[in-house]
Amino acid sequence: MSDKRKIIGVIVENQPGVLARIAGLFSSRNFNIESLAVGETEDPTTSRMTIVARGDEIVLEQIEKQLNKLIDVIKVIDMTDEDYVERELALIKINTEGKDKTEIMHYINIFKGKVMDTSHDTIMVEITGNDERINSFLNIMKDFGIKEMVRTGPVALIREKKKRD
Amino acid sequence: MKGSKILLECLKKEGVEIIFGYPGGVVLPLFDEIYSEKQIKLVLVRHEQGAAHMADGYARSTGKVGVCLATSGPGATNLVTGIATAYMDSVPIIALTGQVLTSHIGNDAFQEADITGITRPIVKHNYLVRKTKDIPQIIKNSFYIASTGRPGPVVIDLPKDVLIGDVDFQYPDAPNLRGYKPNYEGNKLQIKKAVELIEKAQRPVIYIGGGVIISGASAEVIALAEKINAPVTTTLMGIGSIPWNHPLYIGMLGMHGTKYANYSVQESDLLIAIGARFDDRVTGDVKTFAPHADIIHIDIDSASIGKIIKVDVPIVGDAKRIVKEIVDLVKKKEHKEWLEKVNKWKQDFPLTYNNEGEVIKPQYVIEKIHELTKGEAIITTEVGQNQMWAAQFYKVSKPRTFITSGGLGTMGYGFPAAIGAQAGNPGKIVFDIAGDGSIQMNIQELATAVKYNFPVKVAILNNGYLGMVRQWQELFFGKRYSHTYIEDSVDFVKLAEAYGAKGLRATKKEEVVKVLDEALSYNGPVLIDFRISKEENVWPMVPAGASLNNMLEGELA
Repeated sequence: MSDKRKIIGVIVENQPGVLARIAGLFSSRNFNIESLAVGETEDPTTSRMTIVARGDEIVLEQIEKQLNKLIDVIKVIDMTDEDYVERELALIKINTEGKDKTEIMHYINIFKGKVMDTSHDTIMVEITGNDERINSFLNIMKDFGIKEMVRTGPVALIREKKKRD
Repeated sequence: MKGSKILLECLKKEGVEIIFGYPGGVVLPLFDEIYSEKQIKLVLVRHEQGAAHMADGYARSTGKVGVCLATSGPGATNLVTGIATAYMDSVPIIALTGQVLTSHIGNDAFQEADITGITRPIVKHNYLVRKTKDIPQIIKNSFYIASTGRPGPVVIDLPKDVLIGDVDFQYPDAPNLRGYKPNYEGNKLQIKKAVELIEKAQRPVIYIGGGVIISGASAEVIALAEKINAPVTTTLMGIGSIPWNHPLYIGMLGMHGTKYANYSVQESDLLIAIGARFDDRVTGDVKTFAPHADIIHIDIDSASIGKIIKVDVPIVGDAKRIVKEIVDLVKKKEHKEWLEKVNKWKQDFPLTYNNEGEVIKPQYVIEKIHELTKGEAIITTEVGQNQMWAAQFYKVSKPRTFITSGGLGTMGYGFPAAIGAQAGNPGKIVFDIAGDGSIQMNIQELATAVKYNFPVKVAILNNGYLGMVRQWQELFFGKRYSHTYIEDSVDFVKLAEAYGAKGLRATKKEEVVKVLDEALSYNGPVLIDFRISKEENVWPMVPAGASLNNMLEGELA
């Protein structure tokens, strides 16, 4: 069976130790976690995690079931096959020494990136988008040389169903 | 009211009568409160592991929640094996642990251990109580979590200042757990599909596990078996859910299961799994397991379904309710030919052993224990050969009377579990079937049994070996008995006497009954040293990872 990418929203109690329970579940059950992003929600007593995991069908089903078993997990939302918005933020420090800065700026503009900091031989760029978008930007920047980078991991929400009248 | 007092009041509200525990520095305030406590009895153990297994044996034999108590740090970590044992076999226990002052947590304080961190993967849930006022709700939640859905252990870590704190006490009526709603009702559509499959099947087998005992579904499962005339096999954990002499019972399946159970499963065209989880000791090679069968899987834990094996009809919910619905809907079936075939296997390949000569055979000891207790004893086992012989040769009639560490396979479980079972069943005979290896892992609890006069009987099947490991070495490692010969240098009779218990020994077959009689007529704990044949093996045996068809057999008479 081939591996699939799954994106899950997990509403959890906003309590100490919850992140450890989730992370521990993935390691003790031998699940592959690609990214995990977590923060408070509209209800301050809950947090929402966005987890991206990879695995075959059986593993992905187990991930959802095992998450549901945790007492501190209030709801698991499998967004994979839904119409959802996915966003990730990356900060990338690009080597500009001896490079054509205008070309770099050109790509930054195409990808609607923001320059957050510059020094005489680097530019730090903020870029947001889905997985694919960030990856393609990174691919291009590799040619210039990435000095450092950090990614938040994706967060995602399902779109509201549009009313038709 | 002080935190310690609040805790005891909450436990009383939950119906707790007995706690197995051991004191220590940070739980002093609690023990001080217990000193003047009249309603709850504290059984002082000799090692915290014993306390956890006792709570477990108490829970399995009574169906109530078992409670154990230990201090912080080493006290708490000593509970870990017992907690993991309970977790693997879905046993509701509450483990109360002391913790250092909240202001000291994280400072590597004296006797500090992060027990909620350590136990996270082996509990159904755990709590670190941060405020005295949180105790009542946490206790309410913990008992609810431990005992409902798929039961399991809950650890409650109590810092010393939380036990000392003084607040108003009020016990909540209900748990406040928005993320936990066990699902008991089976999906109607799935139940209908199951009924259709059952009515279509020609060679059905019902395969039941510990979930049937937990759910109290024995009567329903037997009714189903009788209505559709399907043979019933149990896992190790399911033993007792159907009486041993029921004509449709075909014994245990799996690695040391009966040949007829394994053959039946392999030939079946429908497997009805109820409260069982397709453990590797049951399935052997999953790819060749029940190759012709459609599978219906009924389980309260949705994660157990589809984890190991692909299932045709999954039904999540309580076994008792679901099976009852199926019984009501399904048409009567005869399956004459199929039952004839199964019964033929039963006749041709009975569980047996060579009982010639003077030497004591372990199977013989177990048969005699059954005979002399009229099958009414609560049996606990250790782990290894003793456990498998007990499963094969002790004929169990009722649920909750065969108590064994199935999932984790914890040596040293049986004796403290027997004490716990005895505490919960004062009038009953409780027998621990042990090996000379396992019994030494929690032998210190003899002091507990003597002090409170829990009249537990221990039958040590003493072959001088770590027998099951030796058996594997004989079969799969060219008889290279690496560190499995433990010598018969321990004098178990003297050891029993040193603890103030009764010690007995039998070295010849003719002495077995006499010694058992003496043990049973003695009102107190007894350790019996049965010197059994040294290299007896457990047969039949499916090698680990092999197909269930591939059963090894010893030289039997």
